[in-house]
Amino acid sequence: MKLKTSLVTTLALALSLPAFAQKAVEAPGGKFAKEAEQMFRTSFRADNPKYWMTRLEQDDTMKTCLQYRDNPPRPIGQKLERQNAATIRYPVDGKLIGDWKEGEKLAAVGTGGHIGFIQPDPAGRVRGGNCYACHELAKKEVAYGTIGPSLHHFGKIRGNAEEIVKYAYDKIYNSNAFTACTNMPRFGLHSWLTPEQITHIVAFLIDPESPVNKD
Amino acid sequence: MFHRFIRTLASAALLAAFASPALAQDSKVADELAKYREALADGNPADLLEVKGEGLWSEKRGPKKASLEQCDLGLGPGKLEGAYASLPRYFKDTGKVMDVESRLVHCMVTLQGFTVAEATRNWYSKPGTESDIEALVTFIGAKSNGKPINVPATHPEEAKMAKMGEYIFYRRSGPQDFSCSICHGQEGKRIRLQELGNLTTKDGSGTAMKTWPSYRVSQGAVWTMQRRLIDCMRQARWPEPNYLADSIIALETYLQKTATGTVMETPGIKR
Repeated sequence: MKLKTSLVTTLALALSLPAFAQKAVEAPGGKFAKEAEQMFRTSFRADNPKYWMTRLEQDDTMKTCLQYRDNPPRPIGQKLERQNAATIRYPVDGKLIGDWKEGEKLAAVGTGGHIGFIQPDPAGRVRGGNCYACHELAKKEVAYGTIGPSLHHFGKIRGNAEEIVKYAYDKIYNSNAFTACTNMPRFGLHSWLTPEQITHIVAFLIDPESPVNKD
Repeated sequence: MFHRFIRTLASAALLAAFASPALAQDSKVADELAKYREALADGNPADLLEVKGEGLWSEKRGPKKASLEQCDLGLGPGKLEGAYASLPRYFKDTGKVMDVESRLVHCMVTLQGFTVAEATRNWYSKPGTESDIEALVTFIGAKSNGKPINVPATHPEEAKMAKMGEYIFYRRSGPQDFSCSICHGQEGKRIRLQELGNLTTKDGSGTAMKTWPSYRVSQGAVWTMQRRLIDCMRQARWPEPNYLADSIIALETYLQKTATGTVMETPGIKR
């Protein structure tokens, strides 16, 4: 009898656990979050140029993602996705497919944008999309990361319908328009890539001649 | 010593062979890297630095012409066995949570009479400029070899530092929306071919923390944990935190607490 009761209790506990666990996840830093933010902000040399220091600022998306450890409840995630979708801008000529060869170069470049006093990038260093850091793309490049899904045969599988092209462009411009708090950077929002550069990467993904869609 | 040097040379040649682009298959690359590490385990260039650090520890230096032998790294004056593995910790005399590097600098100031600026001028080595701190930390680290990492963070100040480190770990900002967590918060991922540990688990954090300080082949130098974490921030495209900044010590406390129980294997050797 006792055993039965405890079994039932265990079962009930196990069933209620997922819902309970989600609620119980504490924001990082707990009650020290505010103090931690202050501590972090005062960790830097006073002679850092102002525009470097702006890189520590957080928009609504970043703050919310931190609070929920990148896993916000759905309604909050949806709100962030709407906010981010509203930021997307397109090239003036409206063409979303550029030159895949340019896109191929951008996908491989991982340099650019490093600041600081120890090992900054030299001025004018090319800034790329660094897509291979996280994604498989052309078969011939074997040094690809796995943080994001494989994009090998992206166009071959999905075709080149207008909505697919737009999706690819929008996702690169602002990944959080689709998945709030995704690991993927918001390349267009931060002007890390220009709209034109994004069209090149779209071409690299979509063009039937692109190595992404061969082999 | 000469033998060790020859072994190091042979290992470097081995690395050059393995670094050839012909090695396409990922798993093969990982296997070869493991073999390479094994080959180097016997002739890690960091061993030379460890010897240098041992000399610096007992040498009478600074305006006070004193050695560091009375330095208290948390287990008592001069007690080095296992000290690295149990840092960062709270120190009553300074009222602060300190890591191995901030405590070492504290000792260089209080025992040897150096100014903080003098003690930290070469906190990392550059081509042609050696770093005493790198050598000393390599020596101190090696004295924890075989000891389990032990940072339970039970003192309220330590617990607070660990929480603040957790906050920084998940904090996203910058032109790439990065945080530590986006690369180091999941299992079994890679960036390019580099495997990424999940630093939020004991296993992942332990694998990472047990081998520091570590000789980095790509940098040709031993890196301390401060150097490692400050460079992570550079890679995130943020400004660099100051050397010995509390936010770096907080991250270390968070990681060491998570890794607690893992047996140290230092100095390590890495990409």
